[in-house]
Amino acid sequence: MAYGPKVIDHFNNPRNVGSLDKSDPTVGTGVVGAPECGDVMKLQLKINDENVVEDAKFKTFGCGSAIASSSLATEWVKGKTVEEVLKIKNTDIVNELSLPPVKIHCSVLAEDAIRAAIADYKKKQNTGAGT
Amino acid sequence: MKLPIYLDNNSTTPIDLRVVEAMMPYLTEKFGNAASRSHAYGWEGEEAVEKARTQIGKLIGATSKEIVFTSGATESINIAIKGAYEMYGEKGNHIITCVTEHKATLDSAKYIEKHGAKVTYLPVNSLGQINLEELKNAITPQTILVSLMHANNEMGTIHPIAEIGKITKEKGILFHVDAAQTAGKIPVNVEQMGIDILSLSGHKMYGPKGIGALYVRRSNPRVRLAPVVHGGGHERGLRSGTLNVPAIVGLGKAAELALEEMESEAKRVADLRDRLYKGITKELDEVYLNGHTTERLPNNLNLSFAYVEGEALMMGFKELAVSSGSACTSASLEPSYVLKAMGVGEELAHTSIRFGLGRFTTPEEVDFAIDKVVGTVKRLREMSPLYEMAKEGIDLKSVQWNPH
Repeated sequence: MAYGPKVIDHFNNPRNVGSLDKSDPTVGTGVVGAPECGDVMKLQLKINDENVVEDAKFKTFGCGSAIASSSLATEWVKGKTVEEVLKIKNTDIVNELSLPPVKIHCSVLAEDAIRAAIADYKKKQNTGAGT
Repeated sequence: MKLPIYLDNNSTTPIDLRVVEAMMPYLTEKFGNAASRSHAYGWEGEEAVEKARTQIGKLIGATSKEIVFTSGATESINIAIKGAYEMYGEKGNHIITCVTEHKATLDSAKYIEKHGAKVTYLPVNSLGQINLEELKNAITPQTILVSLMHANNEMGTIHPIAEIGKITKEKGILFHVDAAQTAGKIPVNVEQMGIDILSLSGHKMYGPKGIGALYVRRSNPRVRLAPVVHGGGHERGLRSGTLNVPAIVGLGKAAELALEEMESEAKRVADLRDRLYKGITKELDEVYLNGHTTERLPNNLNLSFAYVEGEALMMGFKELAVSSGSACTSASLEPSYVLKAMGVGEELAHTSIRFGLGRFTTPEEVDFAIDKVVGTVKRLREMSPLYEMAKEGIDLKSVQWNPH
């Protein structure tokens, strides 16, 4: 499998690898995928009072394209409002990283991870967990 | 040290320069058609082919008359299975093989199933071994052929061929062995092992690509196979087509060298393989060996690195030319059917890497590989949510995942 230069760059120098405190009410955590499918992404977003993503971290089990997709996603979400973040589409990731057809599912997973993280954040806010 | 380091010798081997040297005259001035009986060009071609037949016969304990040249192990396997079914199908329509066989065998078996054959696919245990009692129980009065590989190309487990050969002899069933991975690597003897038909390949034993051989027993019993390729009646009608003299000469030379150097080479390669395994497992936890610990090819090491995906690993140690059982590396997007058949969970199949060492692998290359593997696995585990969860004490099997 030949990789595009952007995938290689994200793979070799992944942005925002790590974890945020998942019990923090301002942190939304999304975990998508399954080990038996060969990819699991964990994306965490820290969202401030103005509804803006202040920080983002990821950890990914998966191929180079999955790692690159999640690394790119963390770059893109930072500084955006929740509404803007939800507008990120997997096809944007495909285009940016020049993913081949067999790797499109990696971008879908990244979009799902963003949505799952936001959903988790909203759930926490609504239930007032941790306050 | 030349990069990337070639550690994929179960896939193909580089050609030995001594083999190239033997071939050269037949690529240039000695170009005759071995089937031309009317002039010296043809005679010298035929002589070279007969010499190669003897060299290959010696490697496997057969006579030269029992060797038929083909384009490779895939073609040999096709002739063995389809040819035996066509020839003996009236006597019985049942054959026995195994789920971890090479696709050449599995697909040939599926092909004859479409034409009325019944095929038993024996399962394997977690080490990749078949149960000989199950094999015996699978035999029916209709069984005409047992077809098994000597050693597995992915995870290296060796089947007890001599014991199986005893069973098939006793029952009067033909026994075909796919020796693509073992011919020239470990001892193969058709007499001692009770083999009736055998397939081997040039490019797996430092010979050229596009050439292979089929051994067909001529006595006790005399095996008859129907041809797959029809035409001019070459190779006693079993495989028509002008003989590829230079490649045949190369295969013969490769067989001669392999036989001469087998003992020392097998030991040297196995030592390097063990050095690689020890070097990796000394530095990393949760590395699992796929296949048998001792009953395995000397040149094969198949490891699963828990929590890190195979394709990402290969991207991380791009200085190493290896292969993976991960789905991401296959056209089908399914993880290795061989590992799956052994009960290796899909989550571990995705993390598997096959290291295939060979004649030209050096200790320096192995040490370099250990460094690269250890560094990459550590880096990717730091990035892996599964590793983090496991370290937190979470049982990954109990987690509710969201598969796609």
